[in-house]
Amino acid sequence: MTDISASSAIASDPSRRLDAAQSVWSLRWRRFKRHRGGMASLFVLAMLVLFCLSAYPLERYLGLDSNATDLLSRYDPPSAMHWLGTDEGGRDELVRLMYGGQISLFVGLLATVIGGSLGVTLGLIAGYWGGRVDSLLMRITDCVIALPLLPLLIVFAALDLTKLGFSSEFAHSGAAGFWRIIVIIAVVDWTAIARLVRAATLSVKERDYVLAARASGAGAIYLMAKHILPNIVTPIIVAFTLTVGRVILLESVLSFLGFGIVPPTPSWGNMLNNAQELVTTAPALAIYPGLLIFVTVIAVNFLGDGMQHAFDPRSDRR
Amino acid sequence: MGGFILRRIGQTLVVLLVMSFIIYGLIGLMPGDPIDIMAASMPGVTPEVVAKLKAIYGLDQPLLLRYWRWLMAALQGDLGFSRTHSQPVLEVLTPALWQTCKLMLSSFFLSVAAALALGLLSALRPGGLADSVIGLFAFAGISVPVFWLALVLILTFAVWLHWLPASGMSNVGDGGFVDQLRHLVLPVLTLALANTGQFTRYVRAAMIETLRMDFIRTAWAKGAGAWRVVIVHGLRNALIPVVTIMALSFGTLFSGALVTETMFAQQGMGKMIYDSILSNDFNLALSGLLFATLVTLLSNLAADLAYGWLDPRITLK
Repeated sequence: MTDISASSAIASDPSRRLDAAQSVWSLRWRRFKRHRGGMASLFVLAMLVLFCLSAYPLERYLGLDSNATDLLSRYDPPSAMHWLGTDEGGRDELVRLMYGGQISLFVGLLATVIGGSLGVTLGLIAGYWGGRVDSLLMRITDCVIALPLLPLLIVFAALDLTKLGFSSEFAHSGAAGFWRIIVIIAVVDWTAIARLVRAATLSVKERDYVLAARASGAGAIYLMAKHILPNIVTPIIVAFTLTVGRVILLESVLSFLGFGIVPPTPSWGNMLNNAQELVTTAPALAIYPGLLIFVTVIAVNFLGDGMQHAFDPRSDRR
Repeated sequence: MGGFILRRIGQTLVVLLVMSFIIYGLIGLMPGDPIDIMAASMPGVTPEVVAKLKAIYGLDQPLLLRYWRWLMAALQGDLGFSRTHSQPVLEVLTPALWQTCKLMLSSFFLSVAAALALGLLSALRPGGLADSVIGLFAFAGISVPVFWLALVLILTFAVWLHWLPASGMSNVGDGGFVDQLRHLVLPVLTLALANTGQFTRYVRAAMIETLRMDFIRTAWAKGAGAWRVVIVHGLRNALIPVVTIMALSFGTLFSGALVTETMFAQQGMGKMIYDSILSNDFNLALSGLLFATLVTLLSNLAADLAYGWLDPRITLK
């Protein structure tokens, strides 16, 4: 195709660089578009984000306050005012689903970025330096993978922040609940990415161009940032995507068990706090939040699958 | 081999020791203080008495010293007293452990059996119709929140169809074998369904890999029947990595058991840990968490050993 002309263009004209760089990604995009599951999930995720973002407009349009409880209208059936009915506090279910989705998606993304960055850093260190650092880090990784995570997460979530030196008002604020769940999930969910990055780094660091760069005096940080990371970025993107799904599941189960996002702030998990009651009084309310989690996570996983397919040059020949 | 086993056991013990210290420290950071909680329920206790009690129980000592005392007592089988159950921790722990074993083992074997069948089926013709349908099912299994799956099953089988009980371990006044079994169906089904997806993907990947091997072509070439090629030559070899990964997933299985037991009010380890943390029952929470860790570490050890045993090509040193 245009490979030869493009590469000579790069050499002669620095401004064409962007074009060449884009062509790799446009190739990948073209391959991704052929993956039906991936495309469908992209659409579903876009719809979900749109759904969650319409919380405030809809709240204003209907003239509601999604946090104000009204015990006279508990479990109202759907009406013109409350499109999906009301929950156990007489609050609008639909608007709370939208706000809850914002929280769940945001926690999912943020915890993934934090935990993932931790994983990438540790993986790079282990893979690049090897030796004792490597075996120590990988031992720790093995341990964390093997542990029963949920019980430990519950302990983390139950910790008294004032005993750790935080002020009492921060410890009991909604913000503390939000950041705590992000931090504790990030602390445990970096292992898969660390392993992946380590393995990828091991294979890349022996390549000739890395050796050449090192021979011309490049330092470790420069090598990692400039030569290693860009060459292992595609599996990292896939792994990050899959992690988002896992994190959303973790957040939902912790919030569901009462150790995550603190009500009245809604999240898809804590909206099911009183599930045992819902099952008999308002079964539909027991379905909605979980269904949204399910759809989101399945879409995220399909997206990861589609990206894996698109990033793997071998995946075309089947 | 003997040296390897000993070293792995040693490593497991070290990890357990480190974990016990970490968990001990974490439990100390949970809200409240055992003596303050005790004093709160006894009006007329003066601050001096509280301070004295803390001195008697050693709560004014530094963390390391307290941990050392606890460790020494625990090694002699004294895990302390459960505040909420008013019983020694061991006596609360044992029936809970048994209950969790029933739940975890039955759902583990159920999902392994299902995963073997489904994974095999989809590996026979990758990209075919069966593969696509099973793949979708596997994706659903990975993506479903376990507690919600439990909810849906309760709604379907207990609330709408009235086939099975929604929670508890037996009916009052019954408690026979069949009754207990009926109460176990939904929890086991929930946990099994949640795990089958991941297991199926393992089996499928390992089978596809194995069926590409030369010895499979040889088996076909010498005229072996399809069953023999796929099961005897294929599956047996594909199982080696699969067994290991499945044993490694015991930690995940335990996390699932915690949710399932909480949803179905089963008095197992998971629910016990959850309740003990909620109600500040420090001794019980500590021992429960350590037991859970121990079980997972042992299953990992078993996985490592099984790997060497199943695949003679691997030399363990």
